[in-house]
Amino acid sequence: MIGAYEITLVAVVSINLMLALGLNLITGFCGQVSLGHAAFFGTGAYAAALAAGGLSLPVVLVLAGLVACALGLLVGVASLRVREDFLAITTMGVGFVFLGFVRKQGWLGAEMGLTDIPDHGLGDIGFVGLCLALVAAMAALSWHIKRSWMGFGFAAVADDERTARTLGINAAAYKLAAFVIGTFLAGVAGAVYAYFTRFIIPSAFGFTVSISILTMVIVGGVGSIWGVVAACVVLTLLPEFSRVINDYKLLLYGALIVLTMRFAPGGLAGLVRSLVARRSTGGAP
Amino acid sequence: MTTLLAVEDVLVRFGGIVALGGVSFSLAKGELLGLIGPNGAGKTTMLHTVIGVVKPTEGRILVADRDVTRLAPDARARLGVALTHQIVRPFRGLSVLDNVTLAAGFAKTTHLARAIVSVSRTAERARARELLALVGIADYADAAPGVLPLGALKRLEVARALAISPAVLLLDEPLAGLNSVEAARLAATLADLNASGITMILIEHNLAKVAEICPRLVVLDNGRKIADGPTAAVLADPQVIAAYMGQDTSGREPGREAAHAGG
Repeated sequence: MIGAYEITLVAVVSINLMLALGLNLITGFCGQVSLGHAAFFGTGAYAAALAAGGLSLPVVLVLAGLVACALGLLVGVASLRVREDFLAITTMGVGFVFLGFVRKQGWLGAEMGLTDIPDHGLGDIGFVGLCLALVAAMAALSWHIKRSWMGFGFAAVADDERTARTLGINAAAYKLAAFVIGTFLAGVAGAVYAYFTRFIIPSAFGFTVSISILTMVIVGGVGSIWGVVAACVVLTLLPEFSRVINDYKLLLYGALIVLTMRFAPGGLAGLVRSLVARRSTGGAP
Repeated sequence: MTTLLAVEDVLVRFGGIVALGGVSFSLAKGELLGLIGPNGAGKTTMLHTVIGVVKPTEGRILVADRDVTRLAPDARARLGVALTHQIVRPFRGLSVLDNVTLAAGFAKTTHLARAIVSVSRTAERARARELLALVGIADYADAAPGVLPLGALKRLEVARALAISPAVLLLDEPLAGLNSVEAARLAATLADLNASGITMILIEHNLAKVAEICPRLVVLDNGRKIADGPTAAVLADPQVIAAYMGQDTSGREPGREAAHAGG
């Protein structure tokens, strides 16, 4: 049947998928680069750890999402006046502020983190099912948003915010919506993480987590749901299967970002698209 | 006649530079106003102030008697103000058709709650195809804007602005970059649209063209309004001729065109 190792793999991949799908909404659909996604992940995890003792699992999941997206809304409002590289630096700052805050708070366990988070009570199969169901729901939500007029508006804002505004699109509201939905997903991912590990420490939500998730989004192809999912699964599993890759994980991720940006800005999805286009036009050499 | 747009004492300062020094004019519903003046006169800044991309340091903008000075561009767009850019700004990641479809869906994109539950683009696509045909670039519908010649991109700007069903259309040199046949065609289209009830402000350098289609002109020079009135009278105004003649534009000689068109 399914062993502890497989459950770990499913949980880790699922959590990363939730994070990547959330960041893809913000950075991929709406074009707002965020280097602080781990802060919202952490916020959800801490909220869940504190609430799990008294509340049922579905309530905790939603609550963790809401707490994270409240912070997301705050960061979004603060970021409305900054764009592109400045937004990236601002969100990176949010990540560090989150860590700096949590590390000094006794009620959050400071450096030692929070332990003894209650069991989810679903059993192994139940938990795997929960992970997969949440990922499926978030992928479906992403897919729906992309097809909807909201996704159309996101694409316009990502492309040229000023022109989008002259066509009646409230760019600020769209950016906030992307932040709120994307950080809600990160908060839910945090809750799943808290239930999975049953203890959390600040360093689990550091800058490298934000960068790793961003790598998955960029390598998959910003905005492409299947591309991001594929990149996320591969980049999460590779370090699990290979000790060498695990040791050099950050080096690999960094190199992948550089190579993708330099040679295939459209990522995996962009490469496949151009291959398909080449084949359908009769195979130019 | 009802006043659709009023610009009152608009002053725009960029750092230490005064781009518009207290300009006022008003526009009645159904008018087609030509906004002319030498390079750097403040024409584009004027249109950007009306749409709200540029916020005036002083002064007011009124649309249908409503003060919109503090409204964001998207709110003004929803009140029916549309702009075409002199330097084309298509959404490069969207197809030509989608550029116009997006604008045609302004009713759906206005409210996020409506936007997230609305999926069908059928009606907006049909409207977009009509508009592309109207400006004569229907053949480019499925292309990416990046492959279009400049003339087609200028017409895409017009189609996209029309898609928000504007009450007042601000046209920033829509004819520049078109060959004479294309320009004549688009000018005729604009005149038709004006006849159908869309109020317009047109910035155009070719004064012969302006004289042909605009019954009334406002002339800006160095951020000030130096003339406002019926086209023939304005083009014969010595101050207007002096403003154009005083400017060293190689090859174009708008002053001579002005004299020719005016006479």
